Amino acid sequence: MNKSMLIKNSRIIDPSQDLDVIGDLLITDGKIKEIAPDVKKIPTDCTILDAKGMIVCPGFVDFHCHLRQPGFEEKETIATGSKAAAKGGFTTICCMPNTDPALDNKATIDFIKATSALEACIRVLPIGCITKGRKGLELADMGELAEAGVVALSDDGSTIADSRIMKQALEYSLIFGLPISDHCEDAMLSNGGQINEGIIATRLGLRGIPNAAEENVIARDIGLAKLTGARIHICHISTEGSVELVRNAKKDGVRITAEVTPHHLTMDEEMVLDFDTNAKVNPPLRTKKDIAALISGLKDGTIDIIAIDHAPHTDNEKLCEFAIAPFGISGFETALGSLMKLVHNRDIEISLLISKLTAMPAKIIGSKFSKLGTLKQGAAADITIFDPDAEWTVDTKDFYSKGKNTPLNCHKLKGRVMATIFNGKVVYKDKSVKLGVKA
Amino acid sequence: MEAVGQIKAIDLKDEKPQPAQKIWKHKHILDLDDFSPSEIDLVMQTTEAMHEILSRPIKKVPTLRGKTVVTLFYEASTRTRSSFELAAKNLSADISNLTVSSSSVTKGESLIDTLETIEALGADIVVMRHPYSGAPNLASKHVKASIINAGDGWHAHPTQALLDMYTMLKHKNSIKNLKVTIIGDIIHSRVAHSNIWSLTKMGAEVTICAPSTLLPKGMDNPQPYFPKVNVTTDIDKAIKGADVVMGLRLQLERQQSGLLPSIREYSRLYQITEERLSKADNDVIVMHPGPVNEDVEIASTVAHGDKSVINEQVTNGVAVRMALFYLLAGGSHNE
Ligand SMILES: [Zn+2]
Repeated sequence: MNKSMLIKNSRIIDPSQDLDVIGDLLITDGKIKEIAPDVKKIPTDCTILDAKGMIVCPGFVDFHCHLRQPGFEEKETIATGSKAAAKGGFTTICCMPNTDPALDNKATIDFIKATSALEACIRVLPIGCITKGRKGLELADMGELAEAGVVALSDDGSTIADSRIMKQALEYSLIFGLPISDHCEDAMLSNGGQINEGIIATRLGLRGIPNAAEENVIARDIGLAKLTGARIHICHISTEGSVELVRNAKKDGVRITAEVTPHHLTMDEEMVLDFDTNAKVNPPLRTKKDIAALISGLKDGTIDIIAIDHAPHTDNEKLCEFAIAPFGISGFETALGSLMKLVHNRDIEISLLISKLTAMPAKIIGSKFSKLGTLKQGAAADITIFDPDAEWTVDTKDFYSKGKNTPLNCHKLKGRVMATIFNGKVVYKDKSVKLGVKA
Repeated sequence: MEAVGQIKAIDLKDEKPQPAQKIWKHKHILDLDDFSPSEIDLVMQTTEAMHEILSRPIKKVPTLRGKTVVTLFYEASTRTRSSFELAAKNLSADISNLTVSSSSVTKGESLIDTLETIEALGADIVVMRHPYSGAPNLASKHVKASIINAGDGWHAHPTQALLDMYTMLKHKNSIKNLKVTIIGDIIHSRVAHSNIWSLTKMGAEVTICAPSTLLPKGMDNPQPYFPKVNVTTDIDKAIKGADVVMGLRLQLERQQSGLLPSIREYSRLYQITEERLSKADNDVIVMHPGPVNEDVEIASTVAHGDKSVINEQVTNGVAVRMALFYLLAGGSHNE
């Protein structure tokens, strides 16, 4: 690979500096060198990528994914998960600690970092547990986790049921300034639930998960964040009521951020009508009304970021009766294509979408972990190039992820990642993209 | 044919299935949500013909000779299984029975694996009872055999709803505009769900009545996903003027899960009693899919009273299931 690369003739969008121009982008030594309408001084041996008609933006940053390693390597590994992420346009991904063993101490974080350094094609940043073994009983050694390099703390997959423990976790996290990222689910209320509570659940004879299962815990967390002054981040927000709670908390000055997934933004509960276990996800797909509220929350800043919650499972695990199938959708490789629907439908601007995938998650992670989500001069050359109008049909056989569990198989999407560049290196490239070299 | 749910016995050739019943589209019987009114009509008329066969001294006809019917029950139900068995036997099918303990489901023993075994046995029709909603739908995607849902979770029990409708037609002229009230644990009842589909398709006016904790969710605005029915917690209002009153079995563990304060209170507030029934239409019939918890959801005097058709339902079950076997064997689903 050459040390320099020129991406030509593209539309360059970088929300971190309010940039939206047509022009060229030059990379040298793995860093952003220059953005100009027409870069004149091109180094010799420079790789040339003609990106006419495409959009060039900072590499996507995902704040919530499951790489399943260690412990569940049949579902995914750091190698396969990062490759799938690169194909989806991601250059930084933050992996959740619900592995086996759970990421609740320095040794497990070191394992993620070492394995990532060797096997991941992009940047993997681990998230550590809030409580030991994710049991919700005793705090994990947060100081040790912070020193080991976690970007946040989360017991994702479960909620800390004991509000006193949650309060203390928030208080203690203040020492390190790390956000507590909470999977908000009142387990007593959602117990045994399969899909959104409502008429589809009635039709299918499945136990419903009411909105309040999510909203109750968000309301509690807001109260505790207010009390402690700590940072709270709400995972995969899914209901209209949750958006309203977060909106009001922000008005109140609570240090709260929130994420939404592509599937909650683009698919409703109808997706499970044929007992499709690939559409079984937690929180469940909700209603069209909830989707409208999520989009408005995204637009007015209530919802800070889009996070993928990539949750791969094996075919066998999903090929069973609905009630015993695991929750989760494999999301990296369809993320952009499904999110672009919002842009094509004129629900949101493209710059807003890119911001929620780049500058905003970078802001939550903080600059401690290198300057992410930007094309500013001198930043790491983490870049995503996509064709906003390319139509394609999802075929899970082409997935790099081991998890083929998506309800979007055979669906047509419009918007496709053409290349992903990490630290100046092309880590993913669509077959149609040709690289040239300047003599 | 006008589909109004009236019985008009059709001329049935016993020897072999009629070649192409243009109306019949089903390879599987999973639920009644995808049945057309004409199909339901056809089932009613075919059932009438089967009913006639059942009154003969020799009940056996060769419709399913050489065909294998397998019953696969993950929940014990002697009544339903023997009804299917008898129906298959009357049509000269070979029958195998497989009982799988429902604990094997949670142990991760794969339904798909079991179905593959059944397929290897050469099953043409699999009659399936399963504790999880949607299990027959899954099965239908993985085997060549026809699947008949004999009850899945809280989802559907199509053959029960069809035999209920046939029983109603034996007493009423038409399903159209019939006032049918279903009382009891609606949310957990596959029988109620399938009845709501078939009855509303045929133009009945359906009312469901239960304590609010046992009413299904989303019923204020159910369409297009579910039929519109009257919903009430007031049993007297529900029974008033009804042509058919159907009770449902109350699982006694509903109390433990906090859905009901006590079985005693349930009986006091929601039991179908003679007094309450006196407000119904004079010719009301009382139904129940069985087995009945006497003096819980229905007073024993009502269950055994002259308005009760509960025993007929059992007899009609065999005829309906014969009709469904017959239609599956000769229907035009492969065109
Ligand atoms: Zn989660």
